[in-house]
Amino acid sequence: MKPIIELENIRRDFIVGDETVRALRGVSFSICEGEFVTIMGTSGSGKSTLLNILGCLDTPTSGEYRLDGTPVRSMSKSQRAILRNRKIGFVFQNYNLLAKTTAVENVELPLMYNSAVSAAERHRRAVTALQRVGLGDRLNHKSNQMSGGQMQRVAIARALVNDPAVILADEATGNLDTRTSFEILVLFQELHKEGRTIIFVTHNPEIAQYSSRNIMLRDGKVRDDTVNAHILNATEKLAQLPVNDD
Amino acid sequence: MNGTNLFKIALKAIANNKMRSFLTMLGIIIGVASVITMLALGQGSKESIKQNIAEMGSNMIMINPGTDRGPGRARLSADEMQTLTLSDYESIVNQSKYLAAVSPNVSSGGQLIFGNNNYQSSVTGVSEGYLTIRQLKVESGEMFGENDIKAAAKVCVIGKTIVDNLFPKGSDPIGQVIRFNKMPVRVVGVLKSKGYNSMGMDQDDIVLMPYTTVMKRVLAQNYLQGIYASAITEEITQLAIKDVTAILRANHKLRNTEDDNFSIRSQEEISSMMTSTMGMLTLLLACVAGISLVVGGIGIMNIMYVSVTERTREIGLRMSVGARGIDILSQFLIEAILISVTGGIIGVLLGVFASWTMKTLLQWPVSVQAWTVLLAFVVCTITGVFFGWYPAKKAANLDPIEAIRYE
Repeated sequence: MKPIIELENIRRDFIVGDETVRALRGVSFSICEGEFVTIMGTSGSGKSTLLNILGCLDTPTSGEYRLDGTPVRSMSKSQRAILRNRKIGFVFQNYNLLAKTTAVENVELPLMYNSAVSAAERHRRAVTALQRVGLGDRLNHKSNQMSGGQMQRVAIARALVNDPAVILADEATGNLDTRTSFEILVLFQELHKEGRTIIFVTHNPEIAQYSSRNIMLRDGKVRDDTVNAHILNATEKLAQLPVNDD
Repeated sequence: MNGTNLFKIALKAIANNKMRSFLTMLGIIIGVASVITMLALGQGSKESIKQNIAEMGSNMIMINPGTDRGPGRARLSADEMQTLTLSDYESIVNQSKYLAAVSPNVSSGGQLIFGNNNYQSSVTGVSEGYLTIRQLKVESGEMFGENDIKAAAKVCVIGKTIVDNLFPKGSDPIGQVIRFNKMPVRVVGVLKSKGYNSMGMDQDDIVLMPYTTVMKRVLAQNYLQGIYASAITEEITQLAIKDVTAILRANHKLRNTEDDNFSIRSQEEISSMMTSTMGMLTLLLACVAGISLVVGGIGIMNIMYVSVTERTREIGLRMSVGARGIDILSQFLIEAILISVTGGIIGVLLGVFASWTMKTLLQWPVSVQAWTVLLAFVVCTITGVFFGWYPAKKAANLDPIEAIRYE
């Protein structure tokens, strides 16, 4: 399997006042194409810092990070922006959709920053991505006319539209109720089955049962890295949940 | 990221905040409209002055006694006032090659009386040529002739204001004998009305008499207060001035080292003097209006600055999906320019409309120049870039990690 993400002894120090805070103290692992990895850890374990580095929003103090074979550490800000645009799809806890903007326009956003994609192509791909997440009938709904689950689906469609090497989800179910959370989880499992590489950062241990691999962080180090032999099926779990019809 | 996409994004941002964008534009709109209106007003005044002067006779040359010492210098001494004489006038008439008409000028203030009506005015002693020089026309009756001048006849040609004041009932003044101070004078002609000139002087408040009459019977003096002449065409005015200067210097037997003891001015000089004064005034008005444009620009900066803070999350999101610093910078800059240029367009329309209203309703001389419109556009764009730069730079320098989690 082709490695998408390769981390070699990643360290990240922050200087706060006179003190140096070591957020990551030598993290090394690889993630291959088609894996669904959950990264877990308590607050202060360094998972946000790791996510920022994985998402090319931040660069490590030392160590090397290769995304899809490209070394990231020596890249300039603009180069990293372009890399994010082509290789990464972000899904945030609070959706981060553009206000007063339709679903299609929200999904088109990453392609707006890619001049190789024409307006017609952009629209076509946005519609396809929205149909993929089950929102084919809500293309022109504005973000304030949608429920949390729908908004997160739009956000996932936005993460899919540039056909990224990896999807990075940051507590993607954190703002949703249990049932909607599982609906989103079902979507992630489907994407996983289609061969997508997904990294899901969470502090909810339940979610780890639905992924193929779980990485535990503590105090800036990998404490545990286990392959999940018994992946639970989110669809089954969803069927067992009571339907909230009140 | 191509320009069209950036343009779309900026347009969308403006559309999402219509009221705020409009209020921001308002500063620019008012600034541009006032600049355009002020410049149009200034230009209109300039043109109307020029036209008035042309009506007065743009080829007019005025010869006055005394050395021209320029403004603010010592005043004329009494004998310097007397350097122009009738023989000078005759020499100019006989020798000059470039003049269409020449007239002496002597005037005296006094009271005009007819019946129980009286009017305070002044009489001007001139020759027939004066009508050509000042572009006056006799409406009824006729101008006095050479014989009247030779005989120092007690005749006069009067303007409309005089007619209105002395003959309020509308009776025909021709042939009537009016009195100037104690001297009876017969009215032989009435001048066609010219109205007020650009300096607010009533051009119809005029009584013309033969210069001989004024010199001998009114003032009892043998020198002239001035000589008016008219060059054949406007182009040869300067040539005519040189010619007249030579004639007068020869007549006055001035040596090469001596200054002229007379001064010659052309209407053209006066005209250019006045238009330059008007130009200064216009510039001043435009500067005041320009300040309001700057204030409008600061309004843009303020709103863009607030907008950047308010949209920190959006900027963070755009950066995380692949917008580079330059993309964010361009987006906000385009937004600022769009606001200022749209404001500029509305301002131009408003300014043109205001100018047109002043012209049609108030009859003010207003003339909108194409270059002022162009200037307004350029200034608006510069304003947008200048005042949009700082907030845009701030947006572009945001850290995406912090921006995306900004509350």
